[in-house]
Amino acid sequence: MSRKNREEQRVRRIFTRRALLLGAGQIGMLGFLAHRLHRLQVEEGDRYATLAEENRISARLLAPPRGRILDRDGRVVAANQMNWRALLVAEQTADAGATLETFSRIVPLSEQERARIEREVRRRRRFVPVVVRDFLTWEEMARIELNAPDLPGISIDVGTTRIYPEAEHLAHVVGYVAPPAERDMDGDPLLELPGIRVGRSGVERHHDLILRGRAGTVQLEVNAVGRVIRELDRREGVPGQDVQISVDAELQKSIRNKIEEGTSVVLMDARNGEVLAMASQPSFDPNVFNSGVSAAQWRQWTANRATPLINKATNGLYAPGSTFKMVVGLAALEARVVTPGERIYCPGHMDLGNARFHCWHRAGHGGVDLRTALKVSCDVYFYEVAKRLGIDRIAAMARRFGLGVPLDIELPGARAGLVPTRDWRQAQGKPWALGDTVVHGIGQGFYQLTPLALATMAARIATGRAVQPHLTRAIGGRPVRGARTEDWPSLGIPERDLRLVREAMWAVVNEQGGTARAARLPNEIGAAMAGKTGTTQVRRVSREQRERGFRVEQQPREWRPHALFVAFAPHDDPIFAVSVVVEHGTSGSGAAAPLARDVMAEAFQLLRPGPGGFGTRVAEAPRR
Amino acid sequence: MKFERRLLLREPGIGALGRLWQIPWLFVLLLCMVAGVGYVALYSAGGGSPEPYAARHAIRFGFGLVLMLSIALVDIRLIVRFAWVGYAIGVGLLVLVALHGQVGKGAQRWIDLGPLQLQPSELMKILLVVALAAWFHKASWERIGNPLFLIPPAIAVLVPAVLIYKQPNLGNALITAMVGGAVFFAAGVRLWKFALVLGAGAAAAPIVYEHLHDYQRARITTFLDPESDPLGAGYNIIQSKIALGSGGLWGKGFLQGTQGHLNFLPEKQTDFIFTMLAEEFGLVGALTVLSLLATVIAFGFLVALRSRHQFGRLLAAGLATNYFLYVFVNVAMVTGAIPVGGVPLPLISHGGSAMLTTMVGFGLLMSAYVYRDTDMGAVRDSS
Repeated sequence: MSRKNREEQRVRRIFTRRALLLGAGQIGMLGFLAHRLHRLQVEEGDRYATLAEENRISARLLAPPRGRILDRDGRVVAANQMNWRALLVAEQTADAGATLETFSRIVPLSEQERARIEREVRRRRRFVPVVVRDFLTWEEMARIELNAPDLPGISIDVGTTRIYPEAEHLAHVVGYVAPPAERDMDGDPLLELPGIRVGRSGVERHHDLILRGRAGTVQLEVNAVGRVIRELDRREGVPGQDVQISVDAELQKSIRNKIEEGTSVVLMDARNGEVLAMASQPSFDPNVFNSGVSAAQWRQWTANRATPLINKATNGLYAPGSTFKMVVGLAALEARVVTPGERIYCPGHMDLGNARFHCWHRAGHGGVDLRTALKVSCDVYFYEVAKRLGIDRIAAMARRFGLGVPLDIELPGARAGLVPTRDWRQAQGKPWALGDTVVHGIGQGFYQLTPLALATMAARIATGRAVQPHLTRAIGGRPVRGARTEDWPSLGIPERDLRLVREAMWAVVNEQGGTARAARLPNEIGAAMAGKTGTTQVRRVSREQRERGFRVEQQPREWRPHALFVAFAPHDDPIFAVSVVVEHGTSGSGAAAPLARDVMAEAFQLLRPGPGGFGTRVAEAPRR
Repeated sequence: MKFERRLLLREPGIGALGRLWQIPWLFVLLLCMVAGVGYVALYSAGGGSPEPYAARHAIRFGFGLVLMLSIALVDIRLIVRFAWVGYAIGVGLLVLVALHGQVGKGAQRWIDLGPLQLQPSELMKILLVVALAAWFHKASWERIGNPLFLIPPAIAVLVPAVLIYKQPNLGNALITAMVGGAVFFAAGVRLWKFALVLGAGAAAAPIVYEHLHDYQRARITTFLDPESDPLGAGYNIIQSKIALGSGGLWGKGFLQGTQGHLNFLPEKQTDFIFTMLAEEFGLVGALTVLSLLATVIAFGFLVALRSRHQFGRLLAAGLATNYFLYVFVNVAMVTGAIPVGGVPLPLISHGGSAMLTTMVGFGLLMSAYVYRDTDMGAVRDSS
């Protein structure tokens, strides 16, 4: 063998060695892959199988229908209405722009609408429907259906929207719904659904969780881009429960038609605290919130000095004036600073140091006992009694009547009001003067009370029990709360004292010389009303004005006093309790008392209370 | 024609028919089986239909088969003679693609030839193996030990690697360098020289990372922590692992793979075809396919060991390594072992360019087998 041949052998030997190394290395690396596959597919297989399942199955929520709100007679005052809308699915049309162009020739679309739709089409995935137009009318739907061949990608589907048949009449009580805001997110996945609404005010908000129901789920098999392949499982949700409120829509409407701007009326069942009507003028149409409130509309509401969005019955704060005198009288009797028969002389004013406090009746009432003092609304009598009592005993009695304390009404944001005490004044860094006590004896001063609180006071005087005002009558067809007087705790005031005050209130309306003589109930009602007037100044009347002959009728309206009236009827077996506040109504006897009479008469006629009560049935109107 | 006949006739006693008989038909059968696996997988990827992938796959394979058998019959001496011409054409195509190539997924990789899109970087690896085998053919042990002798082939590796990296396609550039390195290794270059080059490469790595494109860096960072970006760059790796892992030992059954069919699996017909198979046929199916591919590679080494000339040996070992690298990188990629790199699984993945270049490679491999006993001349000591 030649040298060349040896060289040949050597090269070959080296190659063989290297090739075997290379091959072995590659087999080793393939072995590593096999090991890795084993780990993924066998050792961790279960974990990945679970992940695959999650990957493929997408759970979606089904919005349950929102519960309705019914009035005490079963009338639907908040309902769900079909909302027919036109949707565009971009992937079902070759040219979304052309489809929209055709659509706008059939149903006109504004520039902004076009811009919004085009933006959404661009942003969303092509199979996700985009709402082209909400709230289609029958005519529009017919035109769309007729032109369907020219409208590829357009489909009509139905969602729900909230409607309020009574519109502005019950807006303050029922409230309204709106899309949830960030702060509404309470972890309920339902709130993530597009088109969902939550209660924003009133009963809609208070009972939101009950009305909302629970979301159902549907398990869908989806592919990676989220397109639905098929439905695997469906669990229906729990529909929201109907809520029946104690307000009578018809009564409410007729009361609202009697009142003008700045007036609020609260009518309660004195026996159990059910609110039968609660009106505050002006109001607003809650249906507007459905399609979104325009900026102009919102400005108009908020800029209006008469505050249509605010429920004055629960959020308006007023000094009670003379309507507060029953509380002072009862406190005085309980503290034994006067006896029922004790007469206090009224010369038309009371002097305290350098200050002179006038009675509304400049000539003076002469000697008056408690009954007469209430009947003629003598101020001097209550100046004197308040002076004997001190402010804290007056405040303590006021709170027992539901004044200046939270009332637990189902209306979020309702005000508790204010009944001043010595401590309260001192917390403000000011001393409490005896003059303050005297003024507070006739319901003037720092008091801030709501019409609802005044109605509650009237109901408690009428029953002697701590009835709480409330609106909920039944949830899901089952009655709530004890609807009987006996279920409320006694106020602990002797019946003798209460009877005296009630008698005096009867005299206010029904006796010669009473301040609300003109507000007697018509004879055909067959019942008498007991009440108390109140007139509260909004501006001080100076001595010079008084001496020059002050006439309130000559003042601008916003300077005139507020007119108030509280009452219950029938006087001997109370059913209804009412409070009326007429802002700048000038006088309680002139403006508030006649209105209260009309409200009472209406209540008797519409609700027809009998021995078995009225409207006791729990309405179960068929759904939808 | 005359020239070729003359070449063939120099081997007395063996005619064209005899050459045809020399073709390793068992290996051809093996390749048909691999392509058959590809057909099954693509049938599933097409949603249980030969359209749009499987049918075209079969047609391409048929075309590739003819091409491969034609190349198998080309005299190996002709191949060695034109080795560097081929190399020059390959580099020329890479330059062309850099200047006029089609941009796909942010990289210039394709030349549009009407019905066929040519990816020169795939072809380049094969042409490089041929050129390097020709360079080391007839080299004596002394010459291989001479560093100066190694500089031209090293440059021959570097030029296409840099051009491919510039496309940019980091993964393929690295694979090209590795294929070249494998030929160096098989030729007997001392290991310390490899260590030197690797050390230099490691030192340069931070500098290279600086120059990487954002998507390339993203691949490396998501490889290190795929869950860091589950919907972005890490999505492919996670989805692939989920599909693989949920396949289990026996798989979900043919056409039953949920992840692939519901499109959670990205590019299931190309880069992630192996995932599709492993999901539907489980570990058993995956290992069967892997064994089949290992047999193809093993055949390459068998040809190398049986060749009586150094060119044939280096050519076969280099081409076998080239196919191995496809398989390894692809499967390692879909199992999340290395960063995702857009490397197909030739003969199984959908895609014409990779299949045809692979078939060309196997044609050359067969030529090395058919002409294994051809006298290629003696070893030279000096140039």
